[in-house]
Amino acid sequence: MSRHRNVRSMNYSDEYDGYDDVYGHSVEDDYCVSPSVSILAEQFLFDRNKQHNISSYITEDDIVEEDETQEETPLPPSYKRPELSVLDATKLESCIEAIKNVVGDSIPESTLTENILKHNLNSEAALDAILATTSSNNASEKPAINQNNEDLLQGKKLTAKPAVPVLLSSPAVKVIPSATRSVIKGFDISGTDGDFLNTTVESPRSQSPFSGQTSPDIRRKDIKTVSSKSNTPRCQSPAVEQDNKSKLNSKKLDAISLFKNLRGDIKEQLHLVVVGHVDAGKSTLLGRLLCDLGQVSSKLLHKFQTESKKIGKQSFAYAWVLDETGEERERGITMDVGHSKFETATKTITLLDAPGHKDFIPNMIMGATQADVALLVVDATRGEFETGFDSGGQTREHALLLRSLGVSQLAVVINKLDTVDWSKDRYDEIVEKMRVFLKQAGFRDAVPFVPCSGLSGENLVSKSKEEGLIKWYNGPTLTEVIDQFKCPKRPVDQPFRFSVNDIYKGTGSGFCVSGHVETGMISTSDKVLVLPHNEVASVRGLQIDEMPVTNGFAGDHLVFTLTGIDQQIIAVGDLLCDPQHLVPVTTRFEAHIVIFAVAMPITRGLPVVMHHQSLVEPVVLKKLIAQLHKSSGEVIKKKPRCLPKNSSAIVEIETQRPICMELYRDVKQLGRIMLRVGGSTIAAGLVTKIY
Amino acid sequence: MKLLSKNVDKNADGDITLIPEEPEDLWHAYNLISEGDSVRGSTIRKVQTESSTGSSSSNRVRTVLTIKVESIDFDTQACKLRLKGRNIEENQYVKMGAYHTLDLEQNRKFTLYKPEWDSISLERVDTACDPTQSADLAAVIMQDGIAHVCLITSNMTLVRAKIDQNIPRKRKGNVSQHEKGLARFYESVMQAILRHINFDVVKCILLASPGFVKNQFMEFMIQEAVRTDNKVILDNKAKFMLVHASSGFKHSLREVLADPAVVSRVADTKAAGEVRALQAFYTLLQTEPARAFYGKRHVEKANEAQAIETLLISDKLFRCQDIVTRKQYVNLVDSVREFGGDVKIFSSMHVSGEQLDQLTGVAALLRFPITELEDESEDSESENEDEK
Repeated sequence: MSRHRNVRSMNYSDEYDGYDDVYGHSVEDDYCVSPSVSILAEQFLFDRNKQHNISSYITEDDIVEEDETQEETPLPPSYKRPELSVLDATKLESCIEAIKNVVGDSIPESTLTENILKHNLNSEAALDAILATTSSNNASEKPAINQNNEDLLQGKKLTAKPAVPVLLSSPAVKVIPSATRSVIKGFDISGTDGDFLNTTVESPRSQSPFSGQTSPDIRRKDIKTVSSKSNTPRCQSPAVEQDNKSKLNSKKLDAISLFKNLRGDIKEQLHLVVVGHVDAGKSTLLGRLLCDLGQVSSKLLHKFQTESKKIGKQSFAYAWVLDETGEERERGITMDVGHSKFETATKTITLLDAPGHKDFIPNMIMGATQADVALLVVDATRGEFETGFDSGGQTREHALLLRSLGVSQLAVVINKLDTVDWSKDRYDEIVEKMRVFLKQAGFRDAVPFVPCSGLSGENLVSKSKEEGLIKWYNGPTLTEVIDQFKCPKRPVDQPFRFSVNDIYKGTGSGFCVSGHVETGMISTSDKVLVLPHNEVASVRGLQIDEMPVTNGFAGDHLVFTLTGIDQQIIAVGDLLCDPQHLVPVTTRFEAHIVIFAVAMPITRGLPVVMHHQSLVEPVVLKKLIAQLHKSSGEVIKKKPRCLPKNSSAIVEIETQRPICMELYRDVKQLGRIMLRVGGSTIAAGLVTKIY
Repeated sequence: MKLLSKNVDKNADGDITLIPEEPEDLWHAYNLISEGDSVRGSTIRKVQTESSTGSSSSNRVRTVLTIKVESIDFDTQACKLRLKGRNIEENQYVKMGAYHTLDLEQNRKFTLYKPEWDSISLERVDTACDPTQSADLAAVIMQDGIAHVCLITSNMTLVRAKIDQNIPRKRKGNVSQHEKGLARFYESVMQAILRHINFDVVKCILLASPGFVKNQFMEFMIQEAVRTDNKVILDNKAKFMLVHASSGFKHSLREVLADPAVVSRVADTKAAGEVRALQAFYTLLQTEPARAFYGKRHVEKANEAQAIETLLISDKLFRCQDIVTRKQYVNLVDSVREFGGDVKIFSSMHVSGEQLDQLTGVAALLRFPITELEDESEDSESENEDEK
């Protein structure tokens, strides 16, 4: 308790500075709200998080009405100036200066910034917009703030009286922090307000909305909204409601708008994973593609060619662009995911070259979890396609894995067609087989097929001049197909989640953690929580493709420079998250699994390896809860003795150490699991319940 | 284990005197002794004496005590067995009924008195005293960043070292960190092997991994041994055997032991036999589910029908506290044998035994399919759940 108070008072003293200026009530006023009540302590703690936000607003400029709604964002990020390049930042400064000359200081800087950015750093257009909004807002806003102040005063009066009976004081006590919050948060008003008003008034002891608040579950968004809702009636006025509702919608998308501001004008980012059976020619295809697009200098390529010739593997020259370790080059296979980047007409593509060898499927899964779309490379050579495609081949397994990992857009590249003399019959045969299989696997959209040759570079970037091919094919080239992929929606408005993929020593202080942002956004100097170890670290810097950036968004492949935490603590497969929105940590959970064609039936107690994002963990199937009908999802049998192949079931899974898990319905990417035994994938699942 | 005397009468009550010689023998002892038995052994006890003047002094005395066992602790890593109980034979130092904790040690004899020596216990004594059953095997299971160094004796799989290191991935233009991390990892594994594996005893060392990790490691180890002139490794180079495993986790040991190349070399180790038996059970469950049963209730039903061909049972079930339950399992084993079935008692210290434990601890392969059992499995299964 005393510790809490210390923290609290420390923060308050700073943060109330600005606050008092505006609303003219002192810190002491707040303290007389009997802080010894433990519930309150919780509330204050909770509040502090919120007030942290205002403080950052307030210090920026004096508070004006527009500002209030700014805070109402899905995440509680404090308003920061959108991060810009140096050039843009200076432009922005000058624009702000110009506008301030006209309007004076009546408009907060944040509003200015936003408007300026909206109008692409055009100060005049922005000024017009600002003047238009302020004139319309001013009328409706003024009563609102008055109302608030009055309301605050009322609350103050109540609590200032120590003699108030407990029964009475308790609702009053509650009101203060939340009423202040309602000012902060910008009146999240909805139809349920009336009900909440009633309950609070009629049964002050039940304190229904608050009991939720005292639970440690502060991360739950809904609780926050509930608590603010419950109090809004006190300052309710039709004008405020109307006005705020409209503004709410726009401001709620703070993260989104920031995302749009920063990323709207550049090409869309797309992560593309390339999979396929071993020796289908994935790395060579990509190497050739990168060379043809001019991403690889001819000097480097020449070096690869001479060196590969030296060890008698001339055909691997292009693959060496992506296979960089000595081991990989020597053996001529990809072992770990290779990263590269190129641009098409409308998109920036991050290439992930996955290994095809059976033993490296864990690495392939890691690559595929980061991908939005995929290329499946198949070898057209006689016999080779068949080995890859038959059971035990990786063409099949990779496609199933992609589907279960949520990669729904796929293109099939039929490679090495030059080895079969560009035979149309062979092409059609493969297309037919693949189409049937992919349909079964659940790829619903029409999957495009591209004939090409990776080594000779036909039909990759430019249309082929090969007689044999153009005779019967005039469809798009590989780059065109890639360009046609649709970008998935980035869930930037959700709490921040980042899965750790690699940890290494960077240059300078701290160490680097690379991985994939699943949801939300992050800025430099933010704090992140490392789970499941529960350690807080601060973000020293962010990098995308070796370039320092100030914001990262869902879908990015980011490199963090972390400080304030030991490198040994963090491990591959950990999650970094927003300290206020935790990821559940558990050792036991329930999952709905779909079983593939397995050689052995699944019984309870089966030890399997689970893949969850980049985490690889041995787990045990603790219980088989129910076997489900494959398509309808009805329970066929409760507690089945064993699960045969191609069935669907609900199982309970236990891990040896705590891991981070999200329910599939909350965060799709973090709610998917893969189960593997003895080098083959036996099931894919969705997390349905966390114990 | 050495058997010194055996004095078991017709009613199966009596005592047996044994000397444990190896760490594994203590595991046998752990399985033999159950609560309520009496154990007689030499021990050290702190005794307080009061002189006639009233001053008291305490000193340690070695004495022989007989206790009635109340609780048993076994430390798998150190192979120590501790028995706690009340003294039942008064001597000059220790009063009747005083509590004492008896440590069973290697090369120190103890006498075990059981009110009832059942077939399982007697069999255990026989196997424990069989000197041929000591094929020692070591296995190193690894993948990039994770390694387990295990010792496999006939009745136990002991994880001696677990190495879990982060190896930075390859990145564009920077593979040196990856290679450095890999070298550091191999170095730790090599040190663990040198520390934990006694090359005089171990006949074969299995290096198992997915991909080329095992080959790379072998290469690294030989190079290091040559560089540092490490005779131990160079002399025993032939004992290393490279096997494929799908992952570096402990349960992959099951795959390793099922590998035909390994089986031919370590054919008569109990561990490999158990893996094969469990494999057979799973195969049958896949092909003919009506002939593969697990769970106590099911197996008992099948036994009533004299249908059990092979019974797989975990030794954990015989260590259970409840005498009645233990008796049920003993009877099950006896009756299966009586009807000509084969009984395989799995050691719960092996990976396959661990898996069987998870699978209720008892499973059976049947001679003929019993279908009606399958149909009523729903309700009986739930009862099974309750028993657990």
